[in-house]
Amino acid sequence: MPGLATQVERYSVVISIGGVPVRVNTTDADFLALLQDRYAGFVSEETQAEFDFDVDLAAPAFVDPEAPVSVKHRAGRWFMERGDFRAEWDPAARRGWIRQTANPYSIDAVLRIAHSLVLARQGGFLLHSASAIRHGKAFLFAGVSGAGKTTISRLAPADATLLTDEISYVRKLDDDYLAFGTPFTGELAKLGENTSAPVAALYLLAQGPENRIDPVTAANAGRELLANMLFFAQDQEEDREMVHWAFQAACDFVHRVPVYRLTFIPDARVWEMIG
Amino acid sequence: MKMNRKLYVARSPRIAARMLGEEMLVMSSRGSTLFTLNPTATILWQAADGATPLEEIVQRRICSEFEVQPEVALRDAEALAEDLARHGILLISEEPIARPEAPVQEQPQR
Repeated sequence: MPGLATQVERYSVVISIGGVPVRVNTTDADFLALLQDRYAGFVSEETQAEFDFDVDLAAPAFVDPEAPVSVKHRAGRWFMERGDFRAEWDPAARRGWIRQTANPYSIDAVLRIAHSLVLARQGGFLLHSASAIRHGKAFLFAGVSGAGKTTISRLAPADATLLTDEISYVRKLDDDYLAFGTPFTGELAKLGENTSAPVAALYLLAQGPENRIDPVTAANAGRELLANMLFFAQDQEEDREMVHWAFQAACDFVHRVPVYRLTFIPDARVWEMIG
Repeated sequence: MKMNRKLYVARSPRIAARMLGEEMLVMSSRGSTLFTLNPTATILWQAADGATPLEEIVQRRICSEFEVQPEVALRDAEALAEDLARHGILLISEEPIARPEAPVQEQPQR
């Protein structure tokens, strides 16, 4: 008599970004291979994870990666939604699920959101910025799309280690800030190195007729940092804590880390001014 | 609001605030909106304990800081307080305001 139940194969991969291992579980071997390829360099051999996500590969009933993301906090759980995925995450249980098609973009968005929420409680943040390590120190280059994040990354000298050309990962450890490499890429389409270094400076990017570095007032630094932080709180009572965390994180950061305006022309000599 | 009425102002618990350099930044959880307070608004914010009448704040903190007639200063402060209340930054009442929770921590910054 044939068995009434079919055992479903379960595959897992631990993706460690910013030193935070996240295990992703799937029943689809092809999707596992896709993840291993997408996050190459960030796949960890660790068996322990900070939290787990079970991925349910749903039929592509709706696919609109351009739809705005929605993140809501209800009764201790986070609900995330975009045109191409739905996800729920319970930080206390350290588990969550993602319903998406077999593509790398949806889980990328969920990981960015989850990491930003984890970081917020610890005084850290994800930032729209390129970052690189040189001489043992990390430098962040923040700006909106078109400000020059990818350009400054392309111009980096051979002795610089690129952490990302799009989204930087900043953790607060005691009184120091560390920048970690991320697999979140911009136009360069090149994964960052999975390494870290203390943050020495944040440069606010502007393109101009010459290379120059100008001081920035603390208030302007705070304003611009907040403007470039990945921040998912919405206008809800439950998000009040998140707003306070993000605000305090930005204020603490500009209090401890030098912030400058970096105006540059697309020329490698700009790196002679950095460090 | 009419003058001669005692007004009380308190900091909204939905606001996070920090002095960064010479500027007071406040962020409202309502829409995650960021504001920069001018010097007078900063004084008002710092003194808004819900228990001290606005008139007293004006006399002690604003008239001593700026060369301004008390009546003018009070009128301007009332208008400013109402504006800040409209933005959800201050609570304003004709009765003392019990603080719903501990004030948001403020720290001097660089």
